[in-house]
Amino acid sequence: MNFSPTKQQEMVRRMVREFAVNEVQPIAEEIDAEARFPQETIDKAGPLGLMGMPFPEEYGGAGADYVAYVMAIEELSKVCGSTGVIIQTHCALCAWPIMTYGTEEQKKKYLPDLLTGKKVGAFGLTEPNAGSDAAGIQTRAVDMGDHWRLNGTKIFISSGGVADTYVVMAMTDKSKGTKGITAFIIEKGMKGFSIGKKENKMGIRGSLAAELVFEDCIVPKENLLGELGKGFKVAMSALDVGRLGIAAQALGIAQGAFDQTVAYMKSRKQFGKPLHKFQALAFEMAEMATRIEGSRLLLYKAADRRQKGLPSTVEAAQAKLSCSETAMYVTTKAVQFHGGYGYIKDYPVERMMRDAKITEIYEGTSEVMKMVISGDIFK
Amino acid sequence: MKIIVCVKQVPDTNEVKIDPVKGTLIRDGVPSILNHDDANALEEALRIKDQYPDTHITVLTMGPPQAKDMLTDCLAMGADEAILLSDRALGGSDTWATSNALAAGIRKIGDFDLIFAGRQAIDGDTAQVGPQLAEKLGLPQVTYVKEFSFNGRDITVKRALEDGYEVIQLQMPCLLTAIKELNKPRYMPVKGIYKACEKEITVWNAKDINVDLKKVGLEASPTNVHRSFTPAPKGKGIMIDGDSPKDLADKLVAKLKEKHII
Repeated sequence: MNFSPTKQQEMVRRMVREFAVNEVQPIAEEIDAEARFPQETIDKAGPLGLMGMPFPEEYGGAGADYVAYVMAIEELSKVCGSTGVIIQTHCALCAWPIMTYGTEEQKKKYLPDLLTGKKVGAFGLTEPNAGSDAAGIQTRAVDMGDHWRLNGTKIFISSGGVADTYVVMAMTDKSKGTKGITAFIIEKGMKGFSIGKKENKMGIRGSLAAELVFEDCIVPKENLLGELGKGFKVAMSALDVGRLGIAAQALGIAQGAFDQTVAYMKSRKQFGKPLHKFQALAFEMAEMATRIEGSRLLLYKAADRRQKGLPSTVEAAQAKLSCSETAMYVTTKAVQFHGGYGYIKDYPVERMMRDAKITEIYEGTSEVMKMVISGDIFK
Repeated sequence: MKIIVCVKQVPDTNEVKIDPVKGTLIRDGVPSILNHDDANALEEALRIKDQYPDTHITVLTMGPPQAKDMLTDCLAMGADEAILLSDRALGGSDTWATSNALAAGIRKIGDFDLIFAGRQAIDGDTAQVGPQLAEKLGLPQVTYVKEFSFNGRDITVKRALEDGYEVIQLQMPCLLTAIKELNKPRYMPVKGIYKACEKEITVWNAKDINVDLKKVGLEASPTNVHRSFTPAPKGKGIMIDGDSPKDLADKLVAKLKEKHII
């Protein structure tokens, strides 16, 4: 058992921390307030390899390992949860399924631009009547002989409208339930594909979420991803990778709020002494630090297992459950310990608390995580 | 083109600890980084390489074995090769002795067109090693370089002065020292990090560089640190309260007179 990061992982963390502090933190408040996609960050992150970390160099990836990848998402999310999720969604839910299930032609066509950040990727599974219950999706793909015709609507799609490449799930045979779902690669500009309502969200406001609308959308035959009827597997396996990213995002938000609170408690004086001299508060910080570190170990273990090619579905679910609930717990306390200042937008903990909430919901709610974990216990 | 960039590993903190006996820095336990001005020097070399891909960049440093970490950072940023001069005989060198060792290292490398160094290191703040190195190697030098251009043959630089700048054209081989205004150093790309960690760093001892042992190390250094200390922090400033600007100005003038400043 080895709990020490490799030299590469340490260097990646140090580089991303520097990048996050210099390039991401200065605009974090602004992109939240204006609900603006930070394209300038993507433009800078691409050449550094941050848009394609755990992917082979052959397709434009950086050739990094999954532990370094989650560390990078964690460091970005310490200062900006929006930036963390933009990059994780792009990597785990768009580039990863293309890398894993794509044909050589698809990989060569889509990955080089995605992995270098020239294009942004997104993922479309959720629908108004199909959230956690993916089997209920109503978007239909009909084989028209020389092309597929898609009709339906996807909602809450992260980077919807901003992204150029989408991995979208559609029903090709309703009678087969989840075995009737197929994955497709959809490109911005395809005939019949448009962006609908843009959501006004509580948090991660720099990561735009929008509706994807397919009205007799013409999709070339070669854009079917993986096998016919195997879309559910594409989606679920991509979400396993996505959960590592969301856990990392949540962990980063928790650590960021924790660090802010430590600094605040050292400088803020009440009743003649700094806040950290009050044992009730200091003990609470000890509790937070312990939960953060425990969550971090779960996450790094899950990432390490994926890197080694070992089963990691349960570990990723445990990491996501622990990291996201820790993020909500820590950010809520962080706001509390900042008192009135925590509730106003002058301090970042207000934004961090709003950003934390979604980590308990998307890419599988905490309840779905418990279904995955308990399903394994009682299998 | 062949470029040598001289770099230094420096402590990454304002809370450096000082050896009370020797008066030198205690480096153990203090995180180390690439000296800031040296990062600018390396960045400029990398920009030449971006433009002329057949450029070969060697980073050179003198220091303890831990300095390899900083050299790995330089390789991750894009340098081709890294050389560490490391030997107990070189320890405790002042600027004169350091430039003797570096000059010997550069003579061993042999072939180069351009040497870049940072203006000065944040630990010693002497700004002497670059110029000394140029003198010992018999090279033309320009210090405080804030702008650099290269047309494939000649180099034109702007040298920062306190109240302006000089434009200087020079031919290679030469030595330039960089200041932070020169550029913004790049981040280490992820791919560069993974590649750098697999690269070997060349380590040369005093014998390898054939340096005169009477001209390196603590004993040979003509500079003696008399005393190092942390300056006492300034006391709290005085805040002047007043009802109007006139009132504030009156109080300020009275204070300045009281202290015989005006």
